[in-house]
Amino acid sequence: MERLDWSGLPHALPTLWSGMLITLQITVLAIVFGVVFGTLLAALRLSAVKPLVYFARMFVTIFRSFPLVLVLLWFFLLIPQLLQAVLRIPPTTDIRLVSAMVAFALFEAAYYAEIIRAGIQAVPRTQSGAALALGMTYLQAMRLVILPQAFRAMLPLLLTQAIVLFQDTSLVYVIGLADFFRSSTNIGDRDGTAVEMVLFSGLVYFVICGATSGMVKLLQKKGAR
Amino acid sequence: MISLNNVSKWYGQFQVLKDCSLQVNKGEVVVVCGPSGSGKSTLIKTVNGLEAIQQGAIFIGDREVSSAQTNLPALRSRVGMVFQHFELFPHLSIIENLALAQMRVLGRSKEEAYQKGYKLLERVGLRAHSDKFPGQLSGGQQQRVAIARALCMDPIAMLFDEPTSALDPEMINEVLDVMVELAQEGMTMMCVTHEMGFARKVAHRVVFMDHGAIVEDQRKEDFFSRPTSARARDFLSRILH
Repeated sequence: MERLDWSGLPHALPTLWSGMLITLQITVLAIVFGVVFGTLLAALRLSAVKPLVYFARMFVTIFRSFPLVLVLLWFFLLIPQLLQAVLRIPPTTDIRLVSAMVAFALFEAAYYAEIIRAGIQAVPRTQSGAALALGMTYLQAMRLVILPQAFRAMLPLLLTQAIVLFQDTSLVYVIGLADFFRSSTNIGDRDGTAVEMVLFSGLVYFVICGATSGMVKLLQKKGAR
Repeated sequence: MISLNNVSKWYGQFQVLKDCSLQVNKGEVVVVCGPSGSGKSTLIKTVNGLEAIQQGAIFIGDREVSSAQTNLPALRSRVGMVFQHFELFPHLSIIENLALAQMRVLGRSKEEAYQKGYKLLERVGLRAHSDKFPGQLSGGQQQRVAIARALCMDPIAMLFDEPTSALDPEMINEVLDVMVELAQEGMTMMCVTHEMGFARKVAHRVVFMDHGAIVEDQRKEDFFSRPTSARARDFLSRILH
């Protein structure tokens, strides 16, 4: 086996960094939107209004029934025109990034919705009884009493899901978007250092995910106290 | 003040409340007792609409609880409720527990809400614990906080749903003492409890329930000295040894 050649790495760093920015953009947006929309879906699913329950259940079931790669391709191939019209995106914007963000956001919302639903259900019903008895409305009880307790209990799970999401962003290679992973393999192909670049990007993913799950463990220990 | 008129409630086919009628007048203390499963907890939860009813009517003052026109949150904010398992909010400190609804429901300023909270904590003897969290207090202390939390809303009446049943025996009295004091100050109270000592001391009337129906509704003296129903006599002989 030939020796590994790391000499090209310093020159590659700026390209890798801009790839990392894309990865982070998608991750952060999908987490924020996923948690917000996921909370809404969970609330709908737990509401007493049947059509809302069905809508939420259908949304979650559909998105959880398809591989992420397929969802990504769909949003890229089938719906860009629609997205462009709905979100009023100027034609100069990279539609691949937008469609990836939308796909990830909706996909993650479906997964977060289930985590959050379980979290809400884990808070005793009597707690909302106590909140209502104090004169709070249903929404106040949810926002001030139930959700804060639910999120506290769910935090480790939400973070774990975020780690999975961060890794899954590498799938955007199917729509030709240069995220961190795609950038590194591109450079590897160009310079003939594919092995080095794959090793390097693996190390970066490992460090970031390892650090985050370390944080999750710490939180769990703190929460158990 | 509180009036239940021919209230019935079903869980599916099973009737939990059978044609229950009951009045609690202003300043009156009414104790509701009966064997477990007799529907007394369900009954008290219908008073502030935590449990829906299918038949009959419930009034607090001149407002009908079960009417669709009633602003239920506003009505509930004026009726304090104390639960068997305290139901303090575990993610908030004691003083925050007391201030939350004052601020969000009554619209009091933070300063005003905290002032009121400290005053009532003082009253139940827990001023020193205001910055702790519910999990750091004993059951008896938590229940006293729960009473203070309800009193913060300046209620026109208080509902107690088995406030001492989840407590260790040595903590029951500290909670009952607070309740006795409240009763002696003239608070309108409806209490589901098995504490017959409490009933003897402060109740005006005792209501006995069995199988979802109100079997007996008597002045305290009469209930203890000559209960009319065999079931109440049997219940008393068991509970008083």
